Amino acid sequence: MSNPIKSAVRAGLFRVESGWDMLVGRESNPMYCLGAMSWFFFWVVGATGLYLFVPYDTSAVRAWSSIEYISREQWYWGGLIRSLHRYGSDAMVLTMMLHLVREWCLDRYHGARWFAWFTGVPLIWMVFSSGVTGYWLVWDELAQYLAIGTAEWMDFLGIFGQSIARNFLNPGALTDRFFTLLIFIHIAVPLFLLMAMWVHILRINRANTNPPRPLVIGSSIMLVALSLLHPAQSHPIADLGKSIGDLNPDWYFMALYPLYDAKGPLVTWAVSIGASLFLSLMPWMAFRRKRRAAAVVTSDLCNGCGNCASDCPFGAVVLRPRTDGLHPSPKLAVMQPDLCTSCGMCMASCNKTNPFLPHTGETRTTAIDIPDFTFDLMVKRVSARTHGLVGKNRVLIIGCEHGAVLDHLKGPSVGVLPLHCTGMMPPSLIDYVFNKDLADGVLVTACRPGECFYRLGPEWTELRMNGERVPKLRGAVPRDRVRLFWAASTETKALMAELAAFRVALEELPPIVRPESTKRRVAE
Amino acid sequence: MIKPRYIAGQAVAYAAFAVVIAYFASNPVYRHHNPDNALLKLSLTHAGQKVGECKERSADELAKLPPNMRAKQSCGRERNAVTLEMDIDGVKVFSQTAKPAGLSGDGRSRFYDSREIKVGRHVIQARMRDGNDPNVFDQVAEVTVELAPRQVFVVDFDEENGKFEFK
Repeated sequence: MSNPIKSAVRAGLFRVESGWDMLVGRESNPMYCLGAMSWFFFWVVGATGLYLFVPYDTSAVRAWSSIEYISREQWYWGGLIRSLHRYGSDAMVLTMMLHLVREWCLDRYHGARWFAWFTGVPLIWMVFSSGVTGYWLVWDELAQYLAIGTAEWMDFLGIFGQSIARNFLNPGALTDRFFTLLIFIHIAVPLFLLMAMWVHILRINRANTNPPRPLVIGSSIMLVALSLLHPAQSHPIADLGKSIGDLNPDWYFMALYPLYDAKGPLVTWAVSIGASLFLSLMPWMAFRRKRRAAAVVTSDLCNGCGNCASDCPFGAVVLRPRTDGLHPSPKLAVMQPDLCTSCGMCMASCNKTNPFLPHTGETRTTAIDIPDFTFDLMVKRVSARTHGLVGKNRVLIIGCEHGAVLDHLKGPSVGVLPLHCTGMMPPSLIDYVFNKDLADGVLVTACRPGECFYRLGPEWTELRMNGERVPKLRGAVPRDRVRLFWAASTETKALMAELAAFRVALEELPPIVRPESTKRRVAE
Repeated sequence: MIKPRYIAGQAVAYAAFAVVIAYFASNPVYRHHNPDNALLKLSLTHAGQKVGECKERSADELAKLPPNMRAKQSCGRERNAVTLEMDIDGVKVFSQTAKPAGLSGDGRSRFYDSREIKVGRHVIQARMRDGNDPNVFDQVAEVTVELAPRQVFVVDFDEENGKFEFK
């Protein structure tokens, strides 16, 4: 599926996340919402930046002293705001880079997801540009170092009429207009960044841009405490007549500068452009990966209810006015194949995806189906995988091919059915298992929420099984015979233990009393 | 609401998060230049002399041109590449020839160099060739300077007065 290095990194990541879950609780684990955390820190930086803009003096002579005034004289509100501005931006870089690494680890960057990945690469540079221009504004020795380094770096391109670095040759060369330009850039770039962040999530349905409240509260308290205990400080005021000695750089933004000092502009440009190009093209570098066929809508069966459009994690299904007259409903689900990841959540959400519905011939049909794993195939596989199971505690495990390895759990009393994603399972399938006496219990397993390869699979599964989201698991289904268990690919042993406990519990339950005749059975 | 059993874990996790942010926000320390040395910067932009002389157009040549383009002289735009050399205490430390900028080669040539130099007395000589004779430096200047730690000493070219500038 993926290279061994990535698999090892992913396994390590899952273990870290699982350990973190135990330490802080699932809701307060930022690893599941790193993108949303970056959004949150962006708002922190934006709000504090608005405050700092008011007392900041955009002149070469007074810029540094105005920052000192904010930090020391406005005791201690101004200093707190400045520190929040700095540490918020550092936290944004940290969460952004972790977000990138995690999405790579989870293989969530190719196929229909190329757009989010591709548009995410410029965000990195925009964040860095915003941060570096912010550090220039302080006009201390660090700003001097950054200004000269950046100017020399840019001058190497030779596309500017005048040498930018000559602006920093001596104290007289620097004008107030430069600082006016600088603050304009420092405001404009984050505004473009916000727009680019919006574009970044444009093709993601129900994109999470707000972290859970416990994380927001905890992170805010952490930032405030850090700002109070270790407030942001300026270096001594910049003096273009003096060279720069020792610095305390903000490594979240300035890691490239020492490379420039050591290797020069050519290597730094090569690394920057090369890394950006490599990252941008990664979605198309997955050579051996075959893209699955997109979901297909059967027009005459679709009643335009919109469940599929609502549940699709990538907005691949949209509702359009019906023009074919094949069904009395005014709307029709339309598939956009380029956006489809073939997760099958749309199929599970469709109210025609029900094994109890009458069908003509051998094949069950539904209004929206996955070509290489049709609903009919799913039902037939349920029958096949449960055929011949023995004992009083026969279990069918329905799970995700990206989660725990289900084949390790097969046995005389245990059948397994791996799906593209657990979110592909219509709840009526569980009902069907009991109704047909195919098993005594159904263990549904899914990747942990936040670790779903496709997004939202575990969430939709849980809500549907709890009867909180359509299609709901029927109330008559014996809940003590159905169990839901999160298990990442590294947690097969935990799933085994859960299976063993479930089978013991099933053994103690009274046998299911099945009515001889119901409307559904008649229909069946 | 945070469950009590997670409070200690969260305190540890947020403290670790804060330490990581705070540490890399200003550490480790980075030394850009040795504070015991001075810094010598060579920075100038200079347009070399034009490659060709201006030529008077004959009456026939003028007649062939559109009325709005009948300038009496025909002058080429292209400029010479500029060669710049710098010696410190008699040792050549910089030598570069820069082509003029612009698609027509009529812009300025640009030079930039920055290097650490020991403090104390130094003799700095700068030479520039911008004319048509490849054997002659059109501008030569020398200065003796006493450099202090962290001092930035700049070698520039004063375009108005047409001579090197040391500051």
